[in-house]
Amino acid sequence: MAERFAVNRLPGFTTIAILAFLALYIPIITLVFFSFNAGKTVMDFNGFSLQWYAVAWNNTAVQEAAWRSVVIAFWATVIATTVATMAALGTTRRRAFKGQTAVYVAINQPLMVPEIVTAVALLIVFAWVKVQTGYQGLGYLILAHAAFCIPFAYLPIRARLEGLDLSLETAAADLYATPWRTFRRVTLPLLAPGIVAGAMLAFITSLDDVVITEFVKSAGQDTLPTYMLGQLRRGVTPEVNAISTLLLGLTVVILTAFFLLTRERR
Amino acid sequence: MSNEVTISARNVVKAFGQGDAVVRALDDVSVDIRKGEFFTLLGPSGCGKTTLLRLIAGFEMPTGGTILLDGTDITTLPPNRRPVNTVFQSYALFPHLTVAQNVAFGLEMLGRPSSEVKARTAKMLALVKLEALAGRRTSQLSGGQQQRVALARALAPAPKVLLLDEPLSALDLKLRQAMQIELKRLQLETGITFVFVTHDQEEALTMSDRIAVMSAGKIQQVGSAREIYIHPRNRFVASFIGETNFLTGMGEADGVLLGTGERVPAPGLGAKGPVTVSVRPEQLRLGLPGQGLKGTVRSLVYFGTDTHCHLGLSDGTEIVARLQSPASGDAGLTEGQEVGISFAEGGVQRVED
Repeated sequence: MAERFAVNRLPGFTTIAILAFLALYIPIITLVFFSFNAGKTVMDFNGFSLQWYAVAWNNTAVQEAAWRSVVIAFWATVIATTVATMAALGTTRRRAFKGQTAVYVAINQPLMVPEIVTAVALLIVFAWVKVQTGYQGLGYLILAHAAFCIPFAYLPIRARLEGLDLSLETAAADLYATPWRTFRRVTLPLLAPGIVAGAMLAFITSLDDVVITEFVKSAGQDTLPTYMLGQLRRGVTPEVNAISTLLLGLTVVILTAFFLLTRERR
Repeated sequence: MSNEVTISARNVVKAFGQGDAVVRALDDVSVDIRKGEFFTLLGPSGCGKTTLLRLIAGFEMPTGGTILLDGTDITTLPPNRRPVNTVFQSYALFPHLTVAQNVAFGLEMLGRPSSEVKARTAKMLALVKLEALAGRRTSQLSGGQQQRVALARALAPAPKVLLLDEPLSALDLKLRQAMQIELKRLQLETGITFVFVTHDQEEALTMSDRIAVMSAGKIQQVGSAREIYIHPRNRFVASFIGETNFLTGMGEADGVLLGTGERVPAPGLGAKGPVTVSVRPEQLRLGLPGQGLKGTVRSLVYFGTDTHCHLGLSDGTEIVARLQSPASGDAGLTEGQEVGISFAEGGVQRVED
């Protein structure tokens, strides 16, 4: 039998792999390392300390921005996950229809359109709405985040739905369940891991957005990422490293949970 | 069992596809299924048997015709409003529920009080001998156990009709035979009308009160196993159920004149013109040359309980005789030997083409 082509047998594979890993992780490791710096810079390490975590923790601007980030991410996740669940049901739980590809593209639009374009477009639309209604609250940010979170919630939910045996729903109907009760008692419980996974992806996608937030936010509506961006303009202190490390930790926890939820259980 | 009709399909048509690609899965099917009987829809894949079952269950709507349940038109009723339950080929057990929760599902959806649901679920689990596994997840069960959960789940709401869609096809031979007996027992104990779909003629013959043989979207014949085996209406039924030999010739008052110039006796045949008769291999008798039709032994195949003897008639037509193997295992025949072929009384049946 002919030997199959295997990329890991190419000369230099190991070297390139190691270099790639170093390029990916050295910056992150450095960032985490300097978050524990006792000194004031992110260049010279003057001993281990948790002082910058304390500084960040007690900084009311950080507290407010962090809380705002969580509020926006929460509501954006709720809206995006609900819409994505309905979209996934609509695109998989019926016969193929004309324009199905168009619908698919429309749902995933935020993945394809450059973010800066969406940001400018939203800025203009919301500016007009602000003039018309006088509303200045977080609603704009929540709606903007919900929109770009939809594809991230949609993809895992759709994948889960496609793996579901349609005959289970037929069986529920056969056993006197109305369409609504079939959905509540059979489809939804079986779909739940996909919905939770989609919500997690939506949440972390919202949490680290900079571009759209920067354009859409009103004065005093900094989220954690835009606050950090503002701080960097004034010079970097290890406080930013500490906040970044905490965000990194949160993301790792959520992503780990995501993979545990979506992997095939046997 | 009575002669009261439970399910009545009248002129049912089901077409799939559109335009030139229309396929008639069911082509003007009419059949009456009696109360309390074990009724089997038998046919090769694509004959429309599963489509008919799905129409009775309400999973599909017919293109034409009506379906009555106890005299009421249920043609357009959704499945959740029909007092009919299904055992699916894939079982379709709910993976997020336990065995007991699966069985209780239908009763809960019907809004029965929880005490009744509990009692009935326990009774059903006892009926299929799964009491010990009530708390298990269905994924932890063997194929045979899953099969019995599916049965208990479908029987629990006490449907007027139980539909079974090739439920035994995923089981191995030993288990399948045990489940055949089990199904028959459940049917007798519950008194519920069973409509069973299968492509396995042996399964159909051993379990059914009556069988509908289907082919190409039509019902070819309805009758008891015996009727269908002994008096097949046409070539398709005769060859699909068991094995048979076809002989063609000119019909006479009491027999068929073959192309060889010999006569096959068939008392009371009373046919004129070209006619086809079916003769089961076990209805052939072999004797000395000169007794009956002239034949030559072409080959012998030993099957244990019986021996198949392939014979050539004088015009070259090949027919098969099944002879009970004697204790010695030697049928006393050799290849190339000349024999006389005669027919057991009533063994020659006229069939339509």
